[in-house]
Amino acid sequence: MATVFEKPKSLTDAPLHYCPGCTHGIVHRLVAEAIDELGIEGKTIGIAPVGCSVMAYDYFACDMIEAAHGRAPAVATGVKRSLPNNVVFTYQGDGDLASIGLCETVSCACRGENITVIFINNAIYGMTGGQMAPTSLVGQVTQTSPYGRDAATQGLPIRISELLATLDAPAYIERVAVNNVANVRRAKKAVLKAFKTQVEGKGFSLVEVVSTCPTNWGLTPQKACQWVEEKMIPQYPLGCFRDKFAEAK
Amino acid sequence: MAQKVLMKGNEAIAEAAIRAGCRHYFGYPITPQTEIAAYMAKRMPKIGGTFLQAESEIAAINMVYGCASTGYRAMTSSSSPGISLKAEGISYLAGADLPALIVNIQRGGPGLGGIQPSQSDYFFMTRGPGHGDFHVIVLAPASVQEMADMTRLAFDLSEKYRMPAMLLADGTMGQMMEPVELPEEEISPEDARKNKPWATCGTEMKRPHNIVNSLYLKPDELEKTNIERFERYARLEAEECRWEEYMMDDAEFCVVSCGITARVSKNAILEARKRGVKVGMIRPITLYPFPAKAFAKAAEKVKAFLTVELNMGQMKEDVELAIRCSKPISTCNRVGGMIPSADQVTAAIMNLK
Repeated sequence: MATVFEKPKSLTDAPLHYCPGCTHGIVHRLVAEAIDELGIEGKTIGIAPVGCSVMAYDYFACDMIEAAHGRAPAVATGVKRSLPNNVVFTYQGDGDLASIGLCETVSCACRGENITVIFINNAIYGMTGGQMAPTSLVGQVTQTSPYGRDAATQGLPIRISELLATLDAPAYIERVAVNNVANVRRAKKAVLKAFKTQVEGKGFSLVEVVSTCPTNWGLTPQKACQWVEEKMIPQYPLGCFRDKFAEAK
Repeated sequence: MAQKVLMKGNEAIAEAAIRAGCRHYFGYPITPQTEIAAYMAKRMPKIGGTFLQAESEIAAINMVYGCASTGYRAMTSSSSPGISLKAEGISYLAGADLPALIVNIQRGGPGLGGIQPSQSDYFFMTRGPGHGDFHVIVLAPASVQEMADMTRLAFDLSEKYRMPAMLLADGTMGQMMEPVELPEEEISPEDARKNKPWATCGTEMKRPHNIVNSLYLKPDELEKTNIERFERYARLEAEECRWEEYMMDDAEFCVVSCGITARVSKNAILEARKRGVKVGMIRPITLYPFPAKAFAKAAEKVKAFLTVELNMGQMKEDVELAIRCSKPISTCNRVGGMIPSADQVTAAIMNLK
């Protein structure tokens, strides 16, 4: 019998702990597929800081480092400067990358570190039980914005891809979503391209993945995907914000 | 024999680190340790090493964490306020059992404090600088020569016991110039990397993946890692305590001091002996592990102790514990960047009864 579908080799057999309907599983798979397709598992080192994905070290078969909240880009810098011929990626959530670790994010991008950042933007702190994130939408109800995010006192959501695209150094920045099959396919291409950018020594690459958190959004998995389409994507438009080495057409 | 050169303490640390096989330095400017960064910025690019000025002390210590994870010898340096920022990263290094060198050239505090010499981070460093139950090896040099020697020792101990090591000196030690003999024999960075089967440097598809981690959600597992770590600390305490005894053979009084104040105290001891007082000194070299045995032994014969410190009396508490409060302890302290004169210490010795 022909095998038509199988688990990527660079994922371990450990069962994922993520909630039903959470898109971490899809994104893990996309990262693992990219690693497999480029044949780089043996020289890849992944870094997962605090957040729902902190235990990604159990799921990726490559060498893995757990890092402090927000510090993954700095840890990745330390790894990459030691092993410039290896492949280094971070896998970070929005609270991690866009709030507590914003300084490390911007500085790492600004240095053009030749690493790949996978940024999960689901507009909420998942691991701690659903608090407001820097990417939470105006009016979004969370545990720490129980009356909805109030723009006057709690500010407006931050667009990381656009922000980083104001810097000269980054090589590749794209925002994707994984709420439907077509978007998953586009996301796959972006993740693969980000890793390729690094392998080819072109510099800093980041893929922002607009993701879901059905548990803390209080929605079913289907409704969460719909919410991404109707609420998230208008705030976080999909597309490529930087492609330094795009071939001229 | 190696040639003697005149160097600043901070520069001696930097050069000694390079000769110990360290090729990765991550730092952030702060007085009075910036010469270390400046030296590394000049030297590292010429020898294929990495000097990286990080965006913050927090980032620098996390770069050290990343580099140490790969098995290479990594270091950072800072001064007191910067070490506060590094505390988070130091705790993670300890939790992940990673070796690394952290240099703290202390200045007066708390807060922004001042930029003059101090030993006021003694408690902060010796009790485990960060959250959780842990220690770092703390070495206290008292000369530029020791700055160089202890840099290599710190790397060696750090790897032997799989824990971060700290070189803790007051600003004077970093800034003063003295002749120093640097080790001729250099360790290659690749040699220093050997025998680290835990390193995350890529599996090359030849072994199961390595994980550098300090997270244990199951309390019984986390307890186990803590207990195992403290077994290592117990070995460290049994085998690695270092101290210097100065004129202790016939001493009736014992001065206790480290760093620049130990240097001042030696002059004071000579003067007091001229005046007929039999006084000596125990200078702890390892502040953690604290050489408690040396003090317990001294307490059997001396009448009283005098701690001379650039803080309000922090090491005094370790001496009290070591001697089980069996003898009186007086203090001679200056703080805020002030340093006691030899006359001041002599007067304090003459007051001992």
